Amino acid sequence: MLNTVPEAVVWAIFLLPISSFVIIGLFARPWPRWCGYITIAVVGLSFLLSLWVLDSVIQEDGRDLAFATHQWLTVGSLTVNLGLTVDGLTAIMLMVVTSVSFLVQVYSQGYMHGDPGYSRYYAFMSLFTGSMLGLVLAENLIMLYVFWELVGLCSYLLIGFWFERPAARAAATKAFIVTRLGDLGFLTAIILIWSQTGELDIPRIQEMAMAGAIGDVILTWLAAGVFAGAMGKSAQFPLHVWLPDAMEGPTPVSALIHAATMVAAGVYLVARLFPIFSASDVAMNTVAVVGGITAVVAASMGIVMTDIKRVIAYSTISQLGYMMLGLGVGGLAAGVFHLLNHAFFKALLFLGAGSVNHATNTFDMRKMGGLRRFMPWTFTTFVIAALSLAGIFPLSGFWSKDEILTDAWDERRALAWVGLVVAFMTALYIGRVVFLTFGGDYRGGEAPSTGSGQAPAGDHSSTRFQPHESPPVMVLPMIVLAVAAVLTGFLNVGEGVTHLLEGWLPPEALERTAKTEFNLGVAAMSLGFAVAGLTVAWLIYGARLLSAETLRRMFGPVHRLLVNKYYLDWLYEDILVRRVLVRGVSTGLDLFDRYVVDGVVNATAWATRFSASRLRLVQAGQLQVYGAAIFLGIVLIVAAILIVNP
Amino acid sequence: MEVQLGHYLTVGVLLFSIGLYLALAKRNVVGILMGIELMFNAVSLTLIAFSRFVESPQPIAGHVFVVFVITVAAAEAAVALALAMVVYRNRGTIDIDQINLLRW
Repeated sequence: MLNTVPEAVVWAIFLLPISSFVIIGLFARPWPRWCGYITIAVVGLSFLLSLWVLDSVIQEDGRDLAFATHQWLTVGSLTVNLGLTVDGLTAIMLMVVTSVSFLVQVYSQGYMHGDPGYSRYYAFMSLFTGSMLGLVLAENLIMLYVFWELVGLCSYLLIGFWFERPAARAAATKAFIVTRLGDLGFLTAIILIWSQTGELDIPRIQEMAMAGAIGDVILTWLAAGVFAGAMGKSAQFPLHVWLPDAMEGPTPVSALIHAATMVAAGVYLVARLFPIFSASDVAMNTVAVVGGITAVVAASMGIVMTDIKRVIAYSTISQLGYMMLGLGVGGLAAGVFHLLNHAFFKALLFLGAGSVNHATNTFDMRKMGGLRRFMPWTFTTFVIAALSLAGIFPLSGFWSKDEILTDAWDERRALAWVGLVVAFMTALYIGRVVFLTFGGDYRGGEAPSTGSGQAPAGDHSSTRFQPHESPPVMVLPMIVLAVAAVLTGFLNVGEGVTHLLEGWLPPEALERTAKTEFNLGVAAMSLGFAVAGLTVAWLIYGARLLSAETLRRMFGPVHRLLVNKYYLDWLYEDILVRRVLVRGVSTGLDLFDRYVVDGVVNATAWATRFSASRLRLVQAGQLQVYGAAIFLGIVLIVAAILIVNP
Repeated sequence: MEVQLGHYLTVGVLLFSIGLYLALAKRNVVGILMGIELMFNAVSLTLIAFSRFVESPQPIAGHVFVVFVITVAAAEAAVALALAMVVYRNRGTIDIDQINLLRW
């Protein structure tokens, strides 16, 4: 047991990656290898420091370490402070972010090898990690919001990393704009809370909410605004549309976005403001129901996608829905614990998908198959992650999913059933991915692309292309993550994580959390549904006893609905943006601008010119007329003064 | 008959009116300048007269003004005549109606 961590060390945790961004951006760019090494070293150091923080927090039972708050600026009655929150929730998040980020950076050494934007990639990744760490540590809503937006910016930069591809540009813009919609709500909530209480420090606001100093209606609106932000960042229905498209970025970026940084931010925010949410039943119900809907909708789309990364992306959305559901029924610890487990196995799934792509040059599962023989390590680790995601005992996914379901079972049974259905769908789609990708015979992949663009695949362009295992620098992080995916579930068997995660809560909020007691019935059911899902997947895609083609025809309309993503993209892009915004609103504004705004300006100009054309006739250029006028004017003025003032 | 303030003022008004008439009516720039000089002198005379006949805590303020006016008028006359010369060289005339380059 070490001494309690000093504040400077905590600052260093997120300032180190940000300084790495600055160093790479300003100095190290011409030496790509070093950019990679700097980033890895810095994130590794952050990881070690986070361990120290975790140690200190465990000694404190997860309570806030209570560092001093520093005043940053004062404008009128607005005082903005800078401060760090270090409690159980923060410590867990720090561990997740730094460890996953570290492994992803190592993996990227192999995956991004030879990419022309190598230095830029590592610069952005550093900034991404640093921003997320800052977000987790921020004590103040303004500071949190700054990092919140920085995370959004980094995801924009990284999704659009291969900006020469139009699809990547479009996906980056979409991610940015859709999350911005949610952020609008968050910003409104911040302004609302400041105008109501004059406070921006999260602990202060929570105290007020607990003490009942904030009205119920205000509290509900506040929670709704914050949740809107979380919905955007954590890709909750109906703002989830950006996340599947975010696949256009490099695969390690997807791993980071989906596991540790971007999407975790929304869940973290709800968890951090849990005392505020828990004070409003409406807010809690909203969170739970939106989470449930998201889980079902996303999982159903995951079943029909053919792009391996897209399936995993929908799976992320679905699992995020799970976390929100858990938070919404009061399972703070369950939700965040699922976030932790999910981070490891989801990062692993993405790294596995990247490894597969590295070998076959495609993300289309219809062109893969049989990779089990060529890539034993990728296969093994991927299967571990898949089983963990499906919630098979004793892998990590089982434990946290079970906690969420148990909490839901006690609080809102209907949502627990939704969760069980999702568990079935999850097992089905991830089983489908495993069987299609690794089972059966190899279906050819795609020839390695030349030049930049897709992941550079080395120099095996000669003769027929054979898939092969990825280099050790990519396989090793996957093995570490696989070990984590097996083991992290056991962390909470003794309620240790729960204790840590709830230690910082004020007593009133603690009362409103769900008390999780192991429920054998729920556990058996969740396991049963998962196994059923895997079995169906095996029947269709493994043993091929059921024909996927027949099923597709049987469920024709449903299949079409799912493949078209519930027509949401169509609704947003064609109807909302093109018809309503472009044709309706923009046309109206255009007419207003052209006739009203321009009309006023033109009328002013015309009036000026007209009066000038008349008035200039007076200026005849005859000096003596001017002189006479001046004299007459003086006489008139003097006369006027004498009349008024005799 | 004692010379009173009214006499001085009458002479001043007459001088000023003649000067004003010259300044407004003459076409020749030199004539206009002469009219302006007359107006200067009319004003100076008035100032001196008031200074002489009105009780004031600063009895020589009027004199000081007049000395200034004379000095400035001398400088003004020099500059104005120089301008008239230059205009004549460039335009071949000093008729005020012909000097209208900036007219619309």
